[in-house]
Amino acid sequence: MADILYRTHPLENRRAALAELSGRVEGLTVYPEDPVAAVDLRVDPAGPGADAVGRALGTALPVEPNTWTHTVDGQLVWLGPDEWLVTSAGADPQEFERELGWVVSAYDGSAVDVSAQRTSLRLHGGLARELLSLGCALDLRPSAFPAGACAQTYVGQTVVLLLALGPDDFRLFVRQSFAGYLADWVLDAAEEFRAFP
Amino acid sequence: MQLIHCPWCGPREEVEFHYGGQAEITYPERPAELSDQDWAEYVFYRDNPKGPFAERWSHSAGCRRWFNALRDTHTYRFLGTAKPGEPLPNTQRNTEVRV
Repeated sequence: MADILYRTHPLENRRAALAELSGRVEGLTVYPEDPVAAVDLRVDPAGPGADAVGRALGTALPVEPNTWTHTVDGQLVWLGPDEWLVTSAGADPQEFERELGWVVSAYDGSAVDVSAQRTSLRLHGGLARELLSLGCALDLRPSAFPAGACAQTYVGQTVVLLLALGPDDFRLFVRQSFAGYLADWVLDAAEEFRAFP
Repeated sequence: MQLIHCPWCGPREEVEFHYGGQAEITYPERPAELSDQDWAEYVFYRDNPKGPFAERWSHSAGCRRWFNALRDTHTYRFLGTAKPGEPLPNTQRNTEVRV
């Protein structure tokens, strides 16, 4: 008889280790986040398509590089001069793609469901910036990377989409197959913050 | 490691970028009239100057966009970057655009 395969989070087997780390290190909380619907949106930022998307989502597209904004139940992240990632915690991925595709198709834009591409890891606490800076070359000081900033860059050896949600609150979107590596990297880098017994 | 200034994302580490060969090579105006030799020069022949060199780079780990850069091949210093279609800094160059 065939085995039944259940959907699991790509970081399910790291959840316990991350929880243990969060409990042991004061000022650092790390956990895998629930999957969200994500759509890669491409449309001319100067044309009427951008306004149409803004109206459909209730939020204007962030045209300033390396920034993100809130939508009702997700985020609108700048990925490139004519490319954004739109996430939604509540929407059905395929339905979300169809909705946005319908909006931008009239303006030579495209919307592609990329929900299965990335998973996310949440990192917050007073040590979050210091931990990230051990493997990320960006200037992560609050003045250079404040809440509302985002960047596609390397953390360790993997590309991540790094979002600053608050002063000491980060979301790291990472490719599903690299998520285990990133979690292991965080666990390893956080070793030095563990208090001596 | 040096920082390369992406025209969109700003200064980022060199490892985020990918080299794309010589820039500013224009497509032949009347391709039908090109001889085999001309085609070979258009497709394969590239300058190899010692000094400022116009190159294409892509910010492969970031916004994944192509842009042009002027790099000194002697010192590896980037003299400037520009979005496609925008002019590079007007520095003395010894590259010559073929075809």
